[in-house]
Amino acid sequence: MLEEILTLDVFLLILVAATAVAVIQVDCLFSATILAGIYSLLMAVVWTNMHALDVAFTEASVGAGISTVLLLGALVLCGRFAKREQPVHWPGLLVCTLTGAMLIYGTLDMPKFGDPDAPIHTLRVPGMIRQDIGKHHTAAPRTQQAKHEADASGKHHPQDDYNGHVPNTVTTLLAAYRGYDTMFETTVIFVAGVSMLLLLRRRREGELGVPVSNPSHRKPDDLADGRSAS
Amino acid sequence: MTKQTQMSEQTLVRMVAKMTIPFISMLGLYIILHGELGPGGGFQGGVVVAAALILYGLVFGADELRRHIPVALLDACMALGALLYAGTGLASLLAGGNFLDYGMLMPHSAGDGEALGMTLVEYGVGITVSSVMTTIYLMISERRTTLRPGEEGL
Repeated sequence: MLEEILTLDVFLLILVAATAVAVIQVDCLFSATILAGIYSLLMAVVWTNMHALDVAFTEASVGAGISTVLLLGALVLCGRFAKREQPVHWPGLLVCTLTGAMLIYGTLDMPKFGDPDAPIHTLRVPGMIRQDIGKHHTAAPRTQQAKHEADASGKHHPQDDYNGHVPNTVTTLLAAYRGYDTMFETTVIFVAGVSMLLLLRRRREGELGVPVSNPSHRKPDDLADGRSAS
Repeated sequence: MTKQTQMSEQTLVRMVAKMTIPFISMLGLYIILHGELGPGGGFQGGVVVAAALILYGLVFGADELRRHIPVALLDACMALGALLYAGTGLASLLAGGNFLDYGMLMPHSAGDGEALGMTLVEYGVGITVSSVMTTIYLMISERRTTLRPGEEGL
């Protein structure tokens, strides 16, 4: 059983590595973009194989979907072929190798993959899957007097510095256990959108600080002109 | 030039887009609405909804997308989602708990309050993510930095 999963994992990871090398090697940026999308799809399969469905979902939708489209949109503006560079950049290779070695060294301390005694399987998560965290009889009727803080006698509720009562453990973690984290992630996305608007939103010519373009200097192959004329 | 680049004039592309866009957007809404039950959540669902809108924009042109989804609505939704998230936290604060202490939304059955709070929060994330992704696509697909006199749109 384990060997089958391992075989599939090794096969997929070889494909992932091959795709990553191909992304770097290919000269045509269009091919590189599509290969990056393939890379993300392969990674999504790897995550599914690890039963990390939410990560797989994110990888497939963001990595293979949105970023491919955004890269293609950037390609339209910047041309299709990469400039020739020197084949190996030695300082860069050195930094990459060192960083990779450090990361691999860091994984040596982690529990083995699938180890049933790993902290992730023994600490908190079983209670979250059973959904009995915070459902202790003293915690059930939460009133103004029975908040999360220690009560007058100085006792805390049993391990309920957060409560999670939705079946998807990942949502529980993201929305309740790490609620602040997710809130500011949302804020980061919001700020990204606002900065796009501030930097790239088209302003009407003739507004304050926007010069009026000379009609004789306009390019004839302008798509927007063709659309507005039709 | 215009004839070759306009994807909506290719029958196959147009038909496939028209057939798949309803299903993609329905899947995205499903992922947002069922984020607390199955895999996925606000972020993933929001991205899938945005993918449906972006596909529409790719095939039929960004101007057509702007006609159906007004830019003002996208702008408002970006802020609305983040506001819904923070507002849920504030509501639990006003109900007497801590910030983002969802159980206080329904003090008599904390579990239901947790579920309600997390669901609202996921909706907020979904609204923000879908509108921001669509906005990023719209901004990147612009070819010119200014609007000329007589042109419509933002």
